[in-house]
Amino acid sequence: MNEEHPIIKIEALGKIFSGSDGDFAALEDINLEIRSGEIFGIIGMSGAGKSTLVRCINFLERPTVGTVYFDGQNLSDLTKRELYHIRQSIGMIFQQFNLLMQRNVLGNVCFPLEIAGVDKKEAVEKAKKLLSLVGLTDKTYSYPSQLSGGQKQRVAIARALATNPKVLLCDEATSALDPATTRDVLMLLKDINKRLGITIVIITHEMRVIEEICNRVAIIDSSRIAEVGRVENIFTRPKTSAARRLVFPEDRSMENLPGKRCCRIVFDGNSSFEPVIAGMVLDFRQTVNILFADTKNIDGKAFGQIVIQLPDNELTADRMMEYLRAKNLTVEEVDGYV
Amino acid sequence: MFDPDVLTMLGRGLMESLYMTLVSTALAYLFGLPLGITMVVTDKEGIYPRETLNWILGLVINLLRSVPFLILLVMVIPITRAIVGTTIGTNATIVPLVIAAAPFIARLVESSLKEVDKGVIEAAQSMGASSMQVITKVLLPEARPSLIMGGAIAVTTILSYSAMAGFVAGGGLGDIAIRYGYHRYQTDIMLVTVALLVIIVQVLQELGMKLARIGDKRK
Repeated sequence: MNEEHPIIKIEALGKIFSGSDGDFAALEDINLEIRSGEIFGIIGMSGAGKSTLVRCINFLERPTVGTVYFDGQNLSDLTKRELYHIRQSIGMIFQQFNLLMQRNVLGNVCFPLEIAGVDKKEAVEKAKKLLSLVGLTDKTYSYPSQLSGGQKQRVAIARALATNPKVLLCDEATSALDPATTRDVLMLLKDINKRLGITIVIITHEMRVIEEICNRVAIIDSSRIAEVGRVENIFTRPKTSAARRLVFPEDRSMENLPGKRCCRIVFDGNSSFEPVIAGMVLDFRQTVNILFADTKNIDGKAFGQIVIQLPDNELTADRMMEYLRAKNLTVEEVDGYV
Repeated sequence: MFDPDVLTMLGRGLMESLYMTLVSTALAYLFGLPLGITMVVTDKEGIYPRETLNWILGLVINLLRSVPFLILLVMVIPITRAIVGTTIGTNATIVPLVIAAAPFIARLVESSLKEVDKGVIEAAQSMGASSMQVITKVLLPEARPSLIMGGAIAVTTILSYSAMAGFVAGGGLGDIAIRYGYHRYQTDIMLVTVALLVIIVQVLQELGMKLARIGDKRK
């Protein structure tokens, strides 16, 4: 995948909103390359600027400075009509689905084709094919108000795919859905990415969405990109505090813990299911307190982390950390809030 | 008291009132609908923001709307004469009715269109819809139930305006009510005309509500 050319390239992009109470920089110095065929995640807390960033990709928001290249074309150079045309190659889905309430499901999926000036009969045929792809053939003539949240998002996905886009932008597409439905929708997106080869850009504030389907992720924090990389790298070794806050949100609770020395053990690959901690406790005849434990499945490999509180005896604590390092684990001392 | 002559007169008054109301409503929408759309589209938050134009149009609408209809009726007499050639009768009444109703309708249309979810408009834009396509394929169809309800309000308001035209011999039921009830103290005829007006309002309002409900797919 690394060799492929970037379908989206963002250079030195900034966006300033001028309001009555002064200017507000929503985005500053954003540089990003999204490769053709990948599932790219953009994660950040609310207000970090991620929704503005995704709108800069299709120029729903015009950046104040910087350039956005889509498939090699500088979007700032395009006329209005050319921009309308290029937007047909960039599908978009939203948190609130944004379906036309007065049109039935078929009408909604035909809508972008109507805008593109596709012949009606051809549009209906295409729409029906897409509805079967998202598994909603039986709802063809239903109205959005008769559908569940998950079904509405499926309609929105079918609609976004109608014009054969190269990229699908997902703006908090699963944030209004329950966990089970979220999984279904994410699996559908993954399937679409695999089957149709469409590049997918996912904006979210939920780490589990990124873990579930993204190849690479950018962490956006207070208007800037804090970190970009492969999901498993960011997940196991977050470098910036913004990344740590997202990956280890439970760290907050450690502020109130007794005992000074805690350490985080990161598991990657094989060691995940070895009873390392239990072995260590037996070897040292000293107990440790497990403060936090979590293992996750990323791209088919098991990853996880355990935070333990070491015994008060400094020497034993040091030796325990050496013991864990000797097992080829990443061990780092954490002091309260990281 | 209700001899055939009176009945014929009432019948003609009824037809005149309906004629004035419906023709005026149609013509007022011809101006009010595009005006209302323009107000929404050129709004600061709209899809084609033009703040100065929006401000000027808003001012004109407010000015026209703040003139009481009875006074507007007199003020526009020269315009009426220039367009229709006379200042009495139903056709002459249509001119001030349209001038008074168009800005009112513009505001009704504006508030209906503003109810349309911003997200849906954004979705259409993300598919490459032009501003005109957003208007014709999103704003108007999505606001249809609300526009029809607004239509019912507009038509009943215009009917009540048309009754005022009786003061300048404008024809219709209002004219009869004023001539018989006010000038000749024939209260019974006035009451009958009022009852007829009430019935027309009821029918039009109910019809509008029903049409709006049938067309609304949100429920």
